[in-house]
Amino acid sequence: MTVKTVINAAGRSVPLEINGQPVVPFKGVGKYKPVGRKYSPPIPTCCDYPDDGNKVVGSLAEALQKCGICNGMTISTHHHLRDGDLVSNKVFELASQMGIKDLVWFPSASFPCNDPVIKYLDDGTINRIEGSMNGPLGRYVSEGKMRGTAVLRSHGGRVQAIQDGEVKIDIAVLAAPTADSFGNAKGTGGTSACGVLGYAKTDSMYANNVIVVTDNLIDLPCFPMEIEGNYVDYVVVVDKIGIPEKIVSGTTEITKSPDRLLIADLTASFLEKSGILKDGVAIQAGAGGTSLAIAVFVHKILKNKGWKARFGFGGSTKYMVKMLEEGQMGYILDAQAFDLDSVASIERNANHIPYPVYNAYNYHSKGNLTSMMDIMILGATEVDLNFNGNVVTHSDGYLLHGIGGWQNCLNARNVILPIPLFRDRIPVIVDEVTTLCGPGELIDVIITERGIAINPLRQDLIDSVKGSGLPLKTIRELKEEAEKICGKPQKPDFEDNIVAAVKWIDGTVIDVVRKLKI
Amino acid sequence: MKKLVAIAGNAGPKVRSDCEITLKINSEGGIIVDLLSKVKTLYGESIVKLASEVLEFFGIKHADVRINDSGALPFVIAARLEAAVKQLIKTDVDYLPDFLIENNYSSDRDRFRFSRLYLPGNNPSLMINAGLHSADGIILDLEDSVAPEKKAEARILVRNALRQINFYGAERMVRINHGEEGLKDLRQIIPHNVHLVLVPKCGSVNDIKLVEKEILDIQNVFNITNQVFLMPIIESALGIENCFEIARSSENIVAMAIGLEDYTADLGVQRTFEGKESFYARTRLVVAARAALIQPIDSVFSDVADMDGLYQTVLTSRALGFEGMGCIHPRQIPVIRQGFAPDETEIEKAKKIVLAFESARQEGLGVVALGSKMIDPPVVARAQRTIGLAIRLGLIPANWSDEIPLQRNQVLKKTV
Repeated sequence: MTVKTVINAAGRSVPLEINGQPVVPFKGVGKYKPVGRKYSPPIPTCCDYPDDGNKVVGSLAEALQKCGICNGMTISTHHHLRDGDLVSNKVFELASQMGIKDLVWFPSASFPCNDPVIKYLDDGTINRIEGSMNGPLGRYVSEGKMRGTAVLRSHGGRVQAIQDGEVKIDIAVLAAPTADSFGNAKGTGGTSACGVLGYAKTDSMYANNVIVVTDNLIDLPCFPMEIEGNYVDYVVVVDKIGIPEKIVSGTTEITKSPDRLLIADLTASFLEKSGILKDGVAIQAGAGGTSLAIAVFVHKILKNKGWKARFGFGGSTKYMVKMLEEGQMGYILDAQAFDLDSVASIERNANHIPYPVYNAYNYHSKGNLTSMMDIMILGATEVDLNFNGNVVTHSDGYLLHGIGGWQNCLNARNVILPIPLFRDRIPVIVDEVTTLCGPGELIDVIITERGIAINPLRQDLIDSVKGSGLPLKTIRELKEEAEKICGKPQKPDFEDNIVAAVKWIDGTVIDVVRKLKI
Repeated sequence: MKKLVAIAGNAGPKVRSDCEITLKINSEGGIIVDLLSKVKTLYGESIVKLASEVLEFFGIKHADVRINDSGALPFVIAARLEAAVKQLIKTDVDYLPDFLIENNYSSDRDRFRFSRLYLPGNNPSLMINAGLHSADGIILDLEDSVAPEKKAEARILVRNALRQINFYGAERMVRINHGEEGLKDLRQIIPHNVHLVLVPKCGSVNDIKLVEKEILDIQNVFNITNQVFLMPIIESALGIENCFEIARSSENIVAMAIGLEDYTADLGVQRTFEGKESFYARTRLVVAARAALIQPIDSVFSDVADMDGLYQTVLTSRALGFEGMGCIHPRQIPVIRQGFAPDETEIEKAKKIVLAFESARQEGLGVVALGSKMIDPPVVARAQRTIGLAIRLGLIPANWSDEIPLQRNQVLKKTV
């Protein structure tokens, strides 16, 4: 079957229809403004729920049946349990046993622990995944084995799709480290603590049916609740919702790689010399080894200068907690806790606050936290000569990562990508990205071990570091340097079949991933 | 029995930027390349083409080549294949990748050798970015970091690295093996702009003479005019006893280092953090080097996680008179550099002494005084040396004395 495609505003060939539903091609940053009213779930009536508030049912299978699980439904889960999640796979195991077909799995992200769902994709229980696909799942999709077309959205794009009704969740199955029988739930406490449950919050408010699954049922009220019981239909108690050591890394550690430390060092000096890093700054950095090293170097600068960051937006780590506790950061607004120190800090520090993504990343919000951030440290698998970024495929064409909050974070004032110039002979700076995830107009600075390239659109930044002694180069010079060392790479061969659509934060299609010719 | 299958290079779950070549030469069937590579999509064609070129260069027309690649750069693949070929056939020719013009720089006798970074000679992944870490010297090591059965392939890899990797201005050094293996190393590396050869386990003048003669022979054959400097490493009791003679045994010797692991083993004692057991050897080596007008260089500090310990050791080392130290991890480089550089107090004191000396000289005074204190000529010399060092390290500008006219006047008044 051939699909009608058009060239979108980013110059990419995209379809007008995905999985039988019409879609809007990307129109440019901030150009697409849908009208109408937000989607809303059916109106519930409180008298249909137990007066004593006890919504506990015998098993997850029973809860799914009570929710009326049937063919073609959309089931959502969250990824706060990360690689230790025991709940998502269980849902599809049960659905498969019940003979249900053609489900759409709508996770906030998937992890290697979710690879077993491949057998439910094979047997037709699941038609497609609309969410991130890593490792073997990505490979499965790239090789054209999934029945439906995958849809990749950012964390904020997922909220947008729920709010504008692009995705209607039939059943949200929400794993909760602690919950009460009414369905109030939080991310702390118990043996499977993950810190926060922000990604699940939107699901709880918009899904037709909501099931809370916990291994730590406590007496009412579960406080402070992130998921409110008033949105919840059923509560299921299981032995274990997750494997603790895989939920959060016991500890996140800064990189030991001398090359990555060099990049981190260079990034910190860029932040300092450009004047972006200053008293009262708002900053976000991830949990990767290089980002952590940058956080440590930035902390040192703040300390030496006697400055204090107004707030940090997490992905929180122990290094951010250290800044908070030593007085170099006013608040941590936290969408997810990456290590045990951060989980503990949420309970210990009043200024370490769970902060749901729909307040930070959502296109249908009346403003967002990300556009108020001064410093945003992100990664990429590829960046091209126009500063366009790719985070979902590798240069060999395989889909290997989700978008996460990456696209949403591009709205920050200064978007900085500290990346190696090449990884095991694979150049990171290329002529044209394999898959476009973020338009170059939003990406400001590329920092590699062999030099810094500033987007020509940011003349102010270029001026700010003139004469600073920093190794400034053009992005073309960096690309040529990489190719001189690694050789000019060939391009992967694709078939016409579209295996995944990449959505922009506004719900339009910015690019697609095609099936690899193998 | 003649060897039929050759294996060269490295593969395995932890190996990166390298490849393992399995080569079998056949009598018919042409060249068949079996490529297993994570960059096959991006570089598959060019890898197969390179392999065919290398085999053709050595006159091999029929062979099975299996390449298990983890992202090796072309010069690495070529080196591994050449090593495999040379296990199977006898040949005098070398497959040389292009020599980068960026690598065409020279060194000089008095350049800083504060930090010199050791790189295992058979591990390409550590070499590629080594020059980015601003070490004064990069040492491609063919000796202790290379297993005996890997010496031949490491030599070829190091040779190609010297031609293909940009070390961004670092002094290009190679540590050769002791004895006959070391002479083989020289034949492979000297024609490729090696600035300095480290001569390990140097026990007597004869060790230097052998190396020097071999280098001279190679230089004559290849018509090389660049001087190749030598840095003997003294690693035994005998070496310490002979170190002054060794130090002045060749005009090519610019520095002399001590290797404490072997030295303490030779003495039959433990190497300690305090280093009392090697105090005599270190001071003796410093004195011998100074007497021979070359740089005394200290042993490496082996705990790469202990930066405070390293810094303390550098300070001790500097206090004993050493002018540099080996590094085994790039993160040690800035610590060593900082440790050997004069600190602010030293520089300020040296400035005052030098200014006092200058003004005394201008006024024709025979005696230099700073305040009420008389300054002896050796003190002036040391201060001048500190200032020279600070200027070369970029800690103060070369015209520093122009910028402080006020202080100059104050000093003048005091000296009158």
